[in-house]
Amino acid sequence: MQDETLTPAARPIRSRLASLRRHPLALPAALTVLVAVTPLFLASSYHYRIAALVLIFALACLGLNLLMGYAGQISLGHAGFMGIGAYAVAIGPAHLGLPSWLSLLAGAALSALVAFIVGRPILRLKRHYLAVATLGFGLLIAIVLTNEAEFTGGPDGMAVERMQLFGWTAKGTVTWYWISAITFLLGAKLALNLIDSPTGRALRAIHDGEVAASVLGVDVARKKLAAFVLAAVYASVAGSYLALFNGHITPDVAGFLRSIELVAMVVLGGMGSILGSLVGTAVLVVLPQTLTVLHDYEHMVLGLIIICIMIFLREGIVPTLAAALGARRS
Amino acid sequence: MWSWKMPVAGVCAGLAMLLAGGEAFAEIKIGSVLSVTGPASFLGDPEKKTLEMYVEAINAAGGVNGEMLELVVYDDAADPNAARTFATRLVEQDEVVAVVGGSTTGSTLAMAPVFEEAEIPFISLAGAIQIVEPVRQWVFKTPHTDTMACEKIFTDLKERDLTSVALISGTGGFGKSMHAQCKKVAPDHGITIVHEETYGPRDSDMTPQLTNIKNADGVQAVVNPGFGQGPAIVTRNYRQLGISLPLYQSHGVASKQFIELAGDAADGVRLPAAALLIADKLPDGDPQKPVVVSYKQTYEEKTGQDVSTFGGHAYDGLMILIEAAKRAGGFEPAKVRDEIEKTSGFVGTGGVVNMSPSDHLGLDLSAFRMLEIESGDWTLVE
Repeated sequence: MQDETLTPAARPIRSRLASLRRHPLALPAALTVLVAVTPLFLASSYHYRIAALVLIFALACLGLNLLMGYAGQISLGHAGFMGIGAYAVAIGPAHLGLPSWLSLLAGAALSALVAFIVGRPILRLKRHYLAVATLGFGLLIAIVLTNEAEFTGGPDGMAVERMQLFGWTAKGTVTWYWISAITFLLGAKLALNLIDSPTGRALRAIHDGEVAASVLGVDVARKKLAAFVLAAVYASVAGSYLALFNGHITPDVAGFLRSIELVAMVVLGGMGSILGSLVGTAVLVVLPQTLTVLHDYEHMVLGLIIICIMIFLREGIVPTLAAALGARRS
Repeated sequence: MWSWKMPVAGVCAGLAMLLAGGEAFAEIKIGSVLSVTGPASFLGDPEKKTLEMYVEAINAAGGVNGEMLELVVYDDAADPNAARTFATRLVEQDEVVAVVGGSTTGSTLAMAPVFEEAEIPFISLAGAIQIVEPVRQWVFKTPHTDTMACEKIFTDLKERDLTSVALISGTGGFGKSMHAQCKKVAPDHGITIVHEETYGPRDSDMTPQLTNIKNADGVQAVVNPGFGQGPAIVTRNYRQLGISLPLYQSHGVASKQFIELAGDAADGVRLPAAALLIADKLPDGDPQKPVVVSYKQTYEEKTGQDVSTFGGHAYDGLMILIEAAKRAGGFEPAKVRDEIEKTSGFVGTGGVVNMSPSDHLGLDLSAFRMLEIESGDWTLVE
């Protein structure tokens, strides 16, 4: 976020920055510095909580961005996978006696499996049809979580045990800030590696034109499925973290509104931009907190700001600003 | 390429100004997180209006022990994750001394650990029994529970010598929770549940389920735990099928709206409800009468809307807190907590509250009145 908001005084070094930007390690390094420096500005556990939430949702958005921004497929049911991950760490320890970390992994594996099975038929659909199918999938998960009250506690949700690793209990906002920060960095690095791999190029080819991609020898169905499964795993881990962080989980985590929120975060930050996933999430998590001073008008202003961003920063915050900087340079 | 800059800069400057303007002054801060918007706004909206109205009135009357109150309300839009964030914010940023809020059970349970850790008294306005069972040291609640509604219905059934009942429940949060509670307490009251049916929150016809009940053996009465328009449809279908068994609805539909939706079919339906609903019809000697009549008048005058029991829960929560603070001689959280726990004989809109270290709700079955609908209006069953 910070390297995009250059002040006029920083202009002379911009050209050097621009060339640095092309270095393959530039973004991971910048992100690492960002999450390492952020705690200096966090005064209370409330701030840490907001920061941790940003990173957790950004993790889910990273995966969704691979699917939307690179493979060009939409998912309006992505919170369903967050729900699977969240309830895995809730149900695993409570009903099956599994440790939290194993439940988290099991949740991710289950999400991958579900995505694999569901993705096959669903990803054959295109545009609105795909949107509606994924939407249905998300609703389905939310309904199951709401109705299977014996396991999930129903609409009121259930308590989630703290995660324990080798006798150490993960609790407190500062701890969770670092856990989610490290995971986000790993997730971002993984996503960057994928983008620079043949798979990433194949995904972008699909994004630009499915027919062209298949003519070039890309196994379109397989690559799309791979992106979908990967996105599901990201969301599942994010859901698990959210549940472990909050200590209580309700079916809202898998709800339709949450899915829309994830898509909004990706679109707002910038499709096909790793940094965009973080920026979009930060905007949508932090803004509602700052806008509470407006009382009854907060939702109106939030909507207005989002509309303005989409009008004036059409490609999403990060890509538009990056393009603006690039245009100045040349 | 400069066009994007101005609006963004404008928005940023605006935000900065707002944040700066949000600085507070030294008053006793009472926090609240309510579902003012979103799917549970029917709870949060009257709760918020009630809290604001009465905090204003208390301040106008000179505050509590000479100290003025400031109410900090956040809207969680029924999202427990947001509720928890706001709970942290109330503790860390606003440094509130007590919290009255939590419209939904999900939000309340998500927030409870925050206030437990911060050692701030928290009076919840949500229904489920899990909030106070097991007892959490710093958490209290004012609304009666589903269990009590079931018990009230079962007590009434016993008096009519009816022991075999069928349940037809909505699958929404309310119906589900009450269904489970009714099944749990039925044996204690000598009631046998001989048949169970469910319907979705948005179903528009319950004739098939009711036909099953009609054909089931040995059903003597039907109980319908549910919320929203479902119970009204059940009631209509019930009459259409010509079922003559007594029908019990839950406190979830204790509003005029239910009678309007169900029409003539509602006649003869019984349901447990808080005294607030029949404020005018209470006998003069009733201990709750002055409280409920006064609250109803104040609320309806100020807001121009019909009074709801949910706003009443907020009234009870705030008043229990204020009384405790008066007894404690200030808003020292630990002392206030101890005093809330000692609340006894407090007459609220929900009933007479007698708390104890093992009971952080403090209501008994007398909090519910059994009503019967007669030609489109409530009557008190004695």
